[in-house]
Amino acid sequence: MTVNPELQGRVFPPTAPYVVAREKIREFSRAVFASSPINHDPEAARAAGYADVVAPPTFPVVIQESTLAQLLSEPDAGIDFSRVVHGNQRFSYTRPIVAGDELTATLTVTSVKAIAGNAMVTAESSVVDAVGEHVVTAVSTLVVRGADS
Amino acid sequence: MSAPQRPELGQVVGEAEFSFSRDSLVRYAGASGDFNPIHYRDDVAEGVGLPGVLAHGMLTMGAAVQPVVDWAGDPGRILDYQVKFTRPVVVDAQLGATITVTATVGAVDEATARIDLTVMFDGQTVLGKAQVVVSLAP
Repeated sequence: MTVNPELQGRVFPPTAPYVVAREKIREFSRAVFASSPINHDPEAARAAGYADVVAPPTFPVVIQESTLAQLLSEPDAGIDFSRVVHGNQRFSYTRPIVAGDELTATLTVTSVKAIAGNAMVTAESSVVDAVGEHVVTAVSTLVVRGADS
Repeated sequence: MSAPQRPELGQVVGEAEFSFSRDSLVRYAGASGDFNPIHYRDDVAEGVGLPGVLAHGMLTMGAAVQPVVDWAGDPGRILDYQVKFTRPVVVDAQLGATITVTATVGAVDEATARIDLTVMFDGQTVLGKAQVVVSLAP
């Protein structure tokens, strides 16, 4: 495999703060067919006990994107993006994301494995709010196809 | 918003069908920031050996959880959601692609329910180990 096994355990610098906009949540909600009023309507969200509209469960992918960009552009990573397929994805929440949140993500490469000519890279993005409290962790496993697969 | 009722093991709590068109893929690309051209250009998809333009895996994952959100009554009740991407969803330029979702209770305790998703396209499952943990707290 061409992926550098020494990536395992590497921790990247926190990303620039991402401010979650109400309209971005609405746009993302429409794109994933989310129709709950709590995703779209601030009044409905407030009635349910939130400060503003709540993001759909897969929304952290928007923030995770900037962390995976750090990984792919790491000079010694050896990851050819054109050979990358998404293998697994997981989101583990401490609390939901709400419009107005200012979120920062820190990427850790938790595992690099060679399996049947491919490389499996698992990376965990831990997302915290403006006061440093944990919001959600997004874990992705990327499959980097080997030269002959 | 009131808590969902504590469900029975094996109970189907939601079923849904989603039709993806090429427009859906462009909309998801814009909303998510994933502009990989295999999700909107036939020539690029064919050039890298794919059977056609594919839906973003994350679009399938994002839509498939919605019947669970509707049952739970609140997107904030989703505590954990994981999937394995097992097969691609090929989106025909004219016909699009329709996925079907069945959400079944796989485990339940006092505080949470684990809902297992069966997500099918073209007669085959496209997501493996698709599990959603929902809070049942009042």
